[in-house]
Amino acid sequence: MADITGRDLIAYRTAHFFEDGDLVNLGIGMPTKCLDFLPEGVDVWVDTENGAIGLAGAPDEGEWTDPDVVDAAGNVSKLREGGCCFDSFTSFGFIRGGHVAVSVLGAYEVDQYGNLANWMVPGKTAAGMGGAMDLVAGAKKVIIMTEHCDKKGASKILKRCTLPLTAAGEVDYIVSELCVLHRTDAGLVLEELAPGVSVEEVVSKTDAELVIPANIKSMI
Amino acid sequence: MAKSKVVSIETAIANVHDGMTILIPGFVNIGVPETLIKGMIANDIKSLNVISNNTSVKGRGIGLLVHDHRIKHITCSHIGSNTETVEQVVAGELDVTFVPQGTLCERVRAGGAGLGGVLTPTGLGTPIAEGKDIINVDGKDYLLEKPLRGNVALIHAWKADKMGNVVYHRTARNFNQVWATAADWVIVEAEEIVEVGELDPDQIMTPGALVDQIVDLRGVK
Repeated sequence: MADITGRDLIAYRTAHFFEDGDLVNLGIGMPTKCLDFLPEGVDVWVDTENGAIGLAGAPDEGEWTDPDVVDAAGNVSKLREGGCCFDSFTSFGFIRGGHVAVSVLGAYEVDQYGNLANWMVPGKTAAGMGGAMDLVAGAKKVIIMTEHCDKKGASKILKRCTLPLTAAGEVDYIVSELCVLHRTDAGLVLEELAPGVSVEEVVSKTDAELVIPANIKSMI
Repeated sequence: MAKSKVVSIETAIANVHDGMTILIPGFVNIGVPETLIKGMIANDIKSLNVISNNTSVKGRGIGLLVHDHRIKHITCSHIGSNTETVEQVVAGELDVTFVPQGTLCERVRAGGAGLGGVLTPTGLGTPIAEGKDIINVDGKDYLLEKPLRGNVALIHAWKADKMGNVVYHRTARNFNQVWATAADWVIVEAEEIVEVGELDPDQIMTPGALVDQIVDLRGVK
């Protein structure tokens, strides 16, 4: 496992937050990779906000699945035995009502106060927030999976988000390819480091102020 | 004997007019009443206010209305799955109000359930909260989100009986169930129509009492 890096490492570590039996909601894109890295003995139920629990990934080539079962990206998905479907109103009741154990999302920006921006870049994109605002406001634990810096090398983990917010103060953990950060009342704590990554490297690549404890664990 | 509400698509769409507010369900392009949408286009209906979760994908479903510039204003949570909608919004050709998906459901539910609104934590501290009342209940803040209703709801059913009792299928249920409660006139398109009494009363998701007209998709396709 020590050779896992980059996005795989982010997915691997995020998957290790899951506990057996958790109802989890995985955002479109990188968060769905978590299912490839579930720890031994951990089985999770995948919630999709468009109205199902128990999604089981894309069908194999040539495998028939019901075309009316789709994931949050609108792609046809398998539904596992014991899975169920419901309407959108019920779905968001589950989400806001705290019945989802872990919500995993990506970020444009995230900050040391647990603020998240992932739905709008004024003048550039106008996709809309979809279910993200509800997912972040309602889940018991909110984990942000993100590459530490953007394509230009600027930190995505900031003192204060500059983009329009998705939610204020709701993020619990940030998992990047360099480290795990835990948002606490004492500040953003550097809890874990990726293999071969130093505290100095994380600090130099992070805009947010970090709390550096004496003992920092390895992400793997 | 319950009266049959099954009509031709032309008869159903005759109740839809320019400038109306139309509730259209669907998630991406699943559970979208695409045949009724095509019926609106055949009647050249335009200047619509649409309340939907998103705008399907380019060239399908609600995307057909977008392509023809038949929508004046859309209230929705997401348009990212339809590149044409994004282009029109960025170009200022289509007016959009974004509402978080769960809040959108609750606002339409409130509209159909006779509520003056709902209190939700979703959107606190974000641009969505601007100009809205914040109400504190037992020490916790909530946004007051007001009800939404439409003149007409277009619904996509898996099965309907002739008096309009409806069963939806898998994730195609999505917004259909709530949208059917919040319009003055409810038109259902159904993949299959059965006799009254054939549906198990416990399986019915939208009661026929809420439905005004049914279009049999087997006769259209």
